[in-house]
Amino acid sequence: MAASETSSETTLRHAFGNVLSFFILLLIGVLAFSIRLFSVIKYESVIHEFDPYFNYRVTQFLTKNGIYDFWNWFDDRTWYPLGRVIGGTVYPGLTLTAGTIWWILNSLNIPLSVETVCVFTAPVFSALASWATYLLTKEVKGAGAGLTAAVLLAMVPSYISRSVAGSYDNEAVAIFALIFTFYLYIKTLNTGSLFYATLNAIAYFYMVCSWGGYTFIINLIPMHVLLCIVTGRYSSRLYIAYAPLVVLGTLLASLVPVVGFNAVMTSEHFASFLVFIIIHVVALVYYIKGVLSPRMFKVAVTLVLSVGLVVCFAAIAVLVALVASSPTKGWSGRSLSLLDPTYASKYIPIIASVSEHQPPTWPSYFMDINVLAFLVPAGIIACFSPLSDASSFVILYIVTSVYFSGVMVRLMLVLAPAACILSGIALSEAFEVFTRSIKFQLPGASINSQVSAGDNISDSTMAHNDMAKTDKSEDTLKERPSRKNRRKEKEPVEQPSIRSRIEKRLLVLPLEASILAILLLVFLGAFYVVHCVWAAAEAYSAPSIVLTSQSHDGLHVFDDFREAYAWLSHNTEVDDKVASWWDYGYQTTAMANRTVIVDNNTWNNTHIATVGTAMSSPEKAAWEIFNSLDVKYVLVVFGGLVGYPSDDINKFLWMVRIGGGVFPHIKEPDYLRDGQYRIDSEATPTMLNCLMYKLSYYRFVDTDGKAFDRVRRTEIGKKYFKLTHFEEVFTTHHWMVRIYKLKPQKNRIRGKIKKSKSKSSSTSTKRSGARKKNPWH
Amino acid sequence: MARSTSNDAQALFHSLRSAYSATPTSLKIIDLYVVFAVLTAAIQVVYVAIVGSFPFNSFLSGVLSCIGTAVLAVCLRIQVNKENKEFKDLPPERAFADFVLCNLVLHLVIMNFLG
Repeated sequence: MAASETSSETTLRHAFGNVLSFFILLLIGVLAFSIRLFSVIKYESVIHEFDPYFNYRVTQFLTKNGIYDFWNWFDDRTWYPLGRVIGGTVYPGLTLTAGTIWWILNSLNIPLSVETVCVFTAPVFSALASWATYLLTKEVKGAGAGLTAAVLLAMVPSYISRSVAGSYDNEAVAIFALIFTFYLYIKTLNTGSLFYATLNAIAYFYMVCSWGGYTFIINLIPMHVLLCIVTGRYSSRLYIAYAPLVVLGTLLASLVPVVGFNAVMTSEHFASFLVFIIIHVVALVYYIKGVLSPRMFKVAVTLVLSVGLVVCFAAIAVLVALVASSPTKGWSGRSLSLLDPTYASKYIPIIASVSEHQPPTWPSYFMDINVLAFLVPAGIIACFSPLSDASSFVILYIVTSVYFSGVMVRLMLVLAPAACILSGIALSEAFEVFTRSIKFQLPGASINSQVSAGDNISDSTMAHNDMAKTDKSEDTLKERPSRKNRRKEKEPVEQPSIRSRIEKRLLVLPLEASILAILLLVFLGAFYVVHCVWAAAEAYSAPSIVLTSQSHDGLHVFDDFREAYAWLSHNTEVDDKVASWWDYGYQTTAMANRTVIVDNNTWNNTHIATVGTAMSSPEKAAWEIFNSLDVKYVLVVFGGLVGYPSDDINKFLWMVRIGGGVFPHIKEPDYLRDGQYRIDSEATPTMLNCLMYKLSYYRFVDTDGKAFDRVRRTEIGKKYFKLTHFEEVFTTHHWMVRIYKLKPQKNRIRGKIKKSKSKSSSTSTKRSGARKKNPWH
Repeated sequence: MARSTSNDAQALFHSLRSAYSATPTSLKIIDLYVVFAVLTAAIQVVYVAIVGSFPFNSFLSGVLSCIGTAVLAVCLRIQVNKENKEFKDLPPERAFADFVLCNLVLHLVIMNFLG
C-alpha cells in the first residue's frame, strides 16, 4: 500500500526527471549554438583566420568534383613548383562531414551554399559535443553531474575560441569525436558489451579522420588500462573494452591515408601495442589463477617467471634497439615538441614560431576556463569517493591534459572538456549536499515522506549491513555507478548507500549555511556565464580577415585583405604565381585563386626558408630567387599606417631565423643592432637594404611626411629610396597589403634602357637571359 | 632441486589439464578457434619474414584479421562463460549477436584494406 504509492511516485518522478532532462539538453544545445553566433551578427557570415580557408577550398572542391576526385587530388596551385598531394596529407573528417551535410541538405532541396554550411558546422557540432559530455559524465557520476558538465562545456571560452561560427577548422568536429569516443569507451567499460566496443572503434575512426590529436586517445586509453591493471581493477570488462579497440582501431587508423602505416610504425602507437600484450598476459594469469589451486598457482608462477623474464628481456632489447636506431626514436617532430617543450625551439623553428604553440601564461588559464580552474580540484576529490574505473579515467584525463595544456596554448582546448566534466561533478555533488541539508531540516510535510523513505533505506541497509561490512568495496564499486542525482529515492545499493547513509548523517550542514552556500554557488555560475558571454562576444569572435576599430567618429572597418585578394583575382593572369610569407598562403589560394609558393601547411622547411631568404636579401638577390621560382607578384602585409601589429615586419625575425637555418649566409645578428630589432635610423644596413624593409616602407614617407611607423612607434630609418627590381602595383586602402610585381629582365645591362625595347644586335655579353645566376652558389 | 622442479612442472601440467577438461564443450570449441586464428597469424608472420613485406597493407590486414577474430572470440568466450558472475544477465544470443556484428565491421575494414 505505502510501497505501491511510493513506487508509483518514483515512476512519476523518473518520468518527470527524464522529460526535464530532455528539455534541459535541448536548451543546452540551443545555447551552445547561439553563443557562437556573435561573429555572424557583428560582422558577417564569413570564414575566419587562415586554416579554415584551406578547409573551405577543399570542401568546395569536394562538393564540385565528387569524392573520387577529392581522394586522388593533386593540388598544383600551392607549393609551386612542388605541389601538394591533398588526398594523402589532409585529415578528411571535417571536409567529408561538411560535404555530407551540404549534399544531404541539397538533395532535400534546401539550397544552402557551401560557405554557409562550412560557417555553421562548428556551432552545430559544439551542441553535439555538449550532449556527448552529458552522456560521458552521466556514465561517470550520474545525470545531474551530466547536465551540469554539459552546460559548462556549452559555454567554456577555450572551446568557443576554436569553434565560433566561421572557424571551420579540424577542432570543430574533433572535440565532439574525442568526447564521444571517451563516452563509448567508458560505456563499454561499465557494461562490458561488445556492441559498444564496436561503436567505440568506429568513433575512434571518426576521430582519426578528423584531427592529428587522435594520438592523445590512443595513448590515454592504454595508460588508463595500465592504471587499472596496476591498481588491481582488472576485470573482463576491461579486456572487452580495450582489446577489440586496439585491433579494430589500428586497422581503421591505417585506412586513413594521412596516417597510413604510421599506425603501426611510429612510437606514438607503441604504447597501445605494449599494453595490448600486457593485458593478454594479465588475462591469462587471472584465468590460470581461477582454474588452479593456490599451491599449484605458486608453482606455475615461479616456473613462468624464470622462463618468461628471459624471453621478455630479449624481446625488449630487440625493440629498444629498433627504436633507438631512428634519430627521433620513432616519434614525429610534433609529438616530440609536446613531450619536451624545448625541443621545437632548438630544432624546428617553424613549429616554435607559431603563436599557438607557445606555452600559455597564467592569466590565459583564467580567461579560457575561468571558474572551472578552481572547481577542478574539488571535482578530482569527488571522483575519489568512490573511485571507480570511470572516475579514475577522468582523473587521468585531466592530469594529462593539464600537462599538455601547459606546453602549448593550443592544447587548452583538450583541457576544456576534462575541466567541464570535473567541475560538473564537483558542482552537482556540492548541490546534492546542500539541498539534502535543506531538505532534512525543512519543517513540514516533506519530513514525513523523507522519514519513511529513510526508514526503508535504513531497514534494507541494516539487513545488508553485516554482509556489506565484511567484503570490501572492490566488487560493488565496479558496478555501474548510476546514482541519479534527482529528488527521488535511492535504490538500496549495497555498500555505497551505507556509506552515503552514514555520510548523510555527517554531512547535513546547518540550514542557513547551506542556503547561503547555494546562493553563492548560483552567483558563481552567474559570473561564469557573464564571463563566457563577454569572451565569446569580444575576444573570440573576430574573424581576423576583417578588422574593426572604434574611434571618435564611429566604427572603422578594415577590409584590406579581401580587397587585395579581389584585386589579385581580377587583375592578374590565372597562372601567375604569388609569393608571400606562408601565413597568407591558404587565403591567397582560396580567395584570390592564384598559385602560391608556400602556405600554412609548412610541410617543406627548405621551401619556406627559400622564401624567407628572399625576403631577407637585398633586392637583386631576392629578385633572382623569386625569378627562379617563376614568381610574378610579391605580397607583403604592412601595419605601420594603421597600427596593425601582426604584420610582416614584426614577423621578419622569424623569416631570418628560418631562412638562416637552411642558408647559412643569412645571419640573424646582421639584422640586429646590439641585440635589438630596430627599423629606425639606428638599424643595421643589412636590415635597411633587405627586401622586406623596402617593400614595406616604399613611399611610406608620402603618407605623413615623417614616415612614423605606428606599430614600432618610431620614424623609419631609410625614407627616400627607389625600387630597382620590383614595381608597386597595388596598395590597399589602409596600406595593409602591398602587392609588387617583379620587373622583367632588362634587355641591356649598361646604357640607356628606357627607350627602345627592340632587340639590338650589340647585346652585351653580360646579358643573363639564358644563363641565370644560381643564388645558391 | 631440478628433480623437484620437474616434479612440480609435471604436477602443474597435470592439474592444468584436469582443470581444463572440466570446461564445457562449447567453450572448448571457442578456444580451439582462438588457437587456430593465432596459428594462422603466426604462419603469416613467418611467411613475411621469409618472403618480405611488400605489399605491407596486405600483410597488416591479414595478420590483424587473424588477431582480431581471436580477440573477439575471447570476448565472446568471456561473455558466454557461465562461471563469469558479471555477465550472468547477458543472454548468450545477445553475446553472439554482438560478436557477429563486431566481426562484420572487422572484416569490412579488412576487405577495404587488403588491396
